[in-house]
Amino acid sequence: MANLVGARLERKEDKKFLTGKGRYTADINLPNQSYAYFVRSPHARAKITKVDHSKAMKAPGVIDVFTGDSVALDKIGGLICGWKIVSHDGKDMKCPPHPVLAKDSVNFVGDHVAVVVAETLEQAKNAAELVNVSYKVQKAVTKTEDATSFETIHEGIDNNLSFDFLLGDKGKTDEAFSKADKIVKLDIINNRLIPNAMEPRAAIGDYNTSSDELTLYTASQNPHLDRLIMSAFNAVHPEHKFRIVSPDVGGGFGSKINVYAEDVVVSYASKKIGRPVKWVAERSESFMSDNHGRDHVTHAQLALKNDGKIIGMKVDTIANLGAYSLVLAAVTPTYLYAPLILGIYDIPAACCTVKGVYTNTAPTDAYRGAGRPEATYVIERIVTKAAKEIGMDQAEFRKKNFITKFPHQQCLVHNIDSGDYNAHLDKALELADYKNFENRRSQSAKKGKLRGIGFSTYFEACGVAPSAVVMSIGAGVGLWESAEVRFNPTGNVSVFTGTHSHGQSHDTTFAQIVGDKLGVAIENIDIVHGDTDKGPFGMGTYGSRSLAVGGTAIVNACDKIIAKGKKVAAKMLEGKPEDIDFKAGEFILKNSNKKKTIGEIAFACYLPGTFGDVKSPLPEGVEPGLIETSFFDPSNFSFPSGSHICEVEVDEETGETKLVKYTVVDDFGTVINPMIVEGQVYGGVAQGVGQALYENAHYDESGQLTSASYMDYTMPRADNFPQITIDYTCTPATSNPIGAKGCGEAGTIAAPAAVMNAVIDAVGSDISMPATSEKVWNALKKNGSKKAAA
Amino acid sequence: MAVINLKVNGKKISKEVPDNVILSDFLRNLLNLTGTHVGCDTSQCGACVVHLNGNSVKSCTTLAADCDGSEITTIEGLAKNGKMHPMQEAFKKHHGLQCGFCTPGMVMSAVDLLQKKKNPSEQEIRDWLEGNLCRCTGYQGIVAAVKDAASKM
Ligand code: FES
Ligand code: FES
Repeated sequence: MANLVGARLERKEDKKFLTGKGRYTADINLPNQSYAYFVRSPHARAKITKVDHSKAMKAPGVIDVFTGDSVALDKIGGLICGWKIVSHDGKDMKCPPHPVLAKDSVNFVGDHVAVVVAETLEQAKNAAELVNVSYKVQKAVTKTEDATSFETIHEGIDNNLSFDFLLGDKGKTDEAFSKADKIVKLDIINNRLIPNAMEPRAAIGDYNTSSDELTLYTASQNPHLDRLIMSAFNAVHPEHKFRIVSPDVGGGFGSKINVYAEDVVVSYASKKIGRPVKWVAERSESFMSDNHGRDHVTHAQLALKNDGKIIGMKVDTIANLGAYSLVLAAVTPTYLYAPLILGIYDIPAACCTVKGVYTNTAPTDAYRGAGRPEATYVIERIVTKAAKEIGMDQAEFRKKNFITKFPHQQCLVHNIDSGDYNAHLDKALELADYKNFENRRSQSAKKGKLRGIGFSTYFEACGVAPSAVVMSIGAGVGLWESAEVRFNPTGNVSVFTGTHSHGQSHDTTFAQIVGDKLGVAIENIDIVHGDTDKGPFGMGTYGSRSLAVGGTAIVNACDKIIAKGKKVAAKMLEGKPEDIDFKAGEFILKNSNKKKTIGEIAFACYLPGTFGDVKSPLPEGVEPGLIETSFFDPSNFSFPSGSHICEVEVDEETGETKLVKYTVVDDFGTVINPMIVEGQVYGGVAQGVGQALYENAHYDESGQLTSASYMDYTMPRADNFPQITIDYTCTPATSNPIGAKGCGEAGTIAAPAAVMNAVIDAVGSDISMPATSEKVWNALKKNGSKKAAA
Repeated sequence: MAVINLKVNGKKISKEVPDNVILSDFLRNLLNLTGTHVGCDTSQCGACVVHLNGNSVKSCTTLAADCDGSEITTIEGLAKNGKMHPMQEAFKKHHGLQCGFCTPGMVMSAVDLLQKKKNPSEQEIRDWLEGNLCRCTGYQGIVAAVKDAASKM
């Protein structure tokens, strides 16, 4: 039974999904259910002068219509920023009011204005057309770099500036720059993305008029956190009478962290009408109103010595928060970004400023990687440029500056416990056959293609993180995780985790850990998540934290089960608890052949006495039952790292870029199931490649989202990829007993820089993401390519 | 309104449907076959693919009323006697799914490819699946699964 950890086991959860038995929120239908349809703002910025819903109220099938006035009257609280940042002058960040239904003004296309609840979806939709909203349209700002010079869009927030953040020692950094032999400068845009989980968001509010219990089914990554926010801030319903169920969830990538207006409104509406209220997003609504990601404008500088040693770094970023500040909107471009700009290089002095600005666009928030892809893009682009400018091989340049001794205290924030950066770069160079790249370049040239190579040697901070630390820098919650292990009387095990799986394969990974720990067959272990009524409060899944933090809580709960088991076994085997060993599911009395299986011990815990054949009195002071709970708060972040090497071919005549070779070597610490981890990396890389080559959220001057469908927003497709090569190195994390570092976001963090460095290498000049055929072709033409001009 | 007679997953069905009901809604809401998913409103994600008279179609752009007299297979009808189809087995073996949302459409589409072409090359597989979006897997496990299933079918 042992050795489940490390095995490429097929997933326990697959069968239901493969046979059409998955149960997503939209698949749930409740008796007497009604349907909600939202009236959304068609304008990027306007004052609301009147909302007249009298006609809609009379339309067939309409049960009720709710507006900004209704929710204000019932004192439903607005949406919150959950992690508040302090500016460098000590002032708190500024957050505009964010009502769940707009009352006085709308601030982006798609902003919620009213909701119609009707007997059928069609009736709700038709009646929504009859809600007459009078707008006084105002000029809108959408571009990140324009925000601070535009007129104030939220009263009291001058220059549309939410915060002006500074990290690092400016004086020391200036001093380092004054000693530099060379300063490398780079302007970078990190383009706005739309997460696009394939399951559109959905929510069903179900109020029980008899018990006064409210249940919300919602596609969320963190149901417990949602319940806390909706009870404490939105005042929807008291926490102890409120259950949130997030059943199968079809991908999240950060876009299902937030409590959204729809979650609050369907819950509220269900209470008002005393019936279930169901809402399922149309894809166009997802494009408009899911949180977007990235959207930075950055100027970066690197100070170098002639021998290639980096001695200082300066980064100035403007981050577009969109129209409001969502739950993690402020921490994403600050604490999840600024400390990471140093990459895996030993840089003695650095400072980073971040201005968070409001615009008339969909709010941004965490999107796979959250801050870390943006940081990695800055450092990996500028390091590549620096190597080129001083004429060093880019692998050599990196190695010269790598951190080599651990633990390493970076000059900004992080204390990196473990790593071996040369090891993964060397392995990647070998696997990618770096030494023969120039041959491949000439081969491609013979076919009329420009070949380029790009590196991204990244690290990230995962397993976010010690509660005391995050709370001291503004987090509204601690970031520990919970687990409860219930050893049932018949010998099978139910494990409750506060994390949530929406594709991450927890049912399998966690069962592998528990199986090894307790010596129970994997089919007898059930991993339960996604229901606030079932397990203890937990923080959910994001930031690649589930295994490092949630997995550790499970391990610790298992250890408590074993410790109690030893006491019970000692009594049954007539020995002392300290003389009992536990191995592969058996409690064994030292120096004897006396033993009991964990199943027998569990049985005894539930039948603590003597009756007929059953002889299992518990030792004195030991309570019956075999259920243990653990809350784990890590002592540090974990720091995965790795090397990505990408090769592209650019068609000079069309500007089309093709990914032709992609190599990844990651150090994720201990890997529980390599097949699952590789799946995370493949998917992550695909999203990173998407950003680099295809995806772009675009607003026009008036604030209309011009990329609001799959016709205009280019998602990566099966034919965009070659086979990707993945391998590992391993330096276990020291901040958790598993040794796990986290793998869920790594691909998305590293890939954009690897791909863009390759494109730029091929084309010979700077290009912004996404490197569309048009942009590449124009760049080639500008560089004097005869073929592109032809 | 019209009464339509059709076979869904081998079962005879006779139902009255409004003229404007699309097949995906018909399957999900009237027959409770929620394995067929809806991921977009512009006929581009492929989450809704089913077989209509043996060919893969996007059920979100097929009118239920037009399916009178036809045979439909959904993801729920692919396994036989409790045994998964070789394509389903291959997806499991090669980790061709994560969140599972794109999976029904992906599997139905892949099964149709192998009906039309016995041993497709990797490029042919990738080209065929171009109409099915997956946000989780990066398509690597999916392509490996289709290759493997082709060798077994
Ligand atoms: S639902 Fe997207 S193509 Fe049918
Ligand atoms: S498995 Fe999640 S979208 Fe494909």
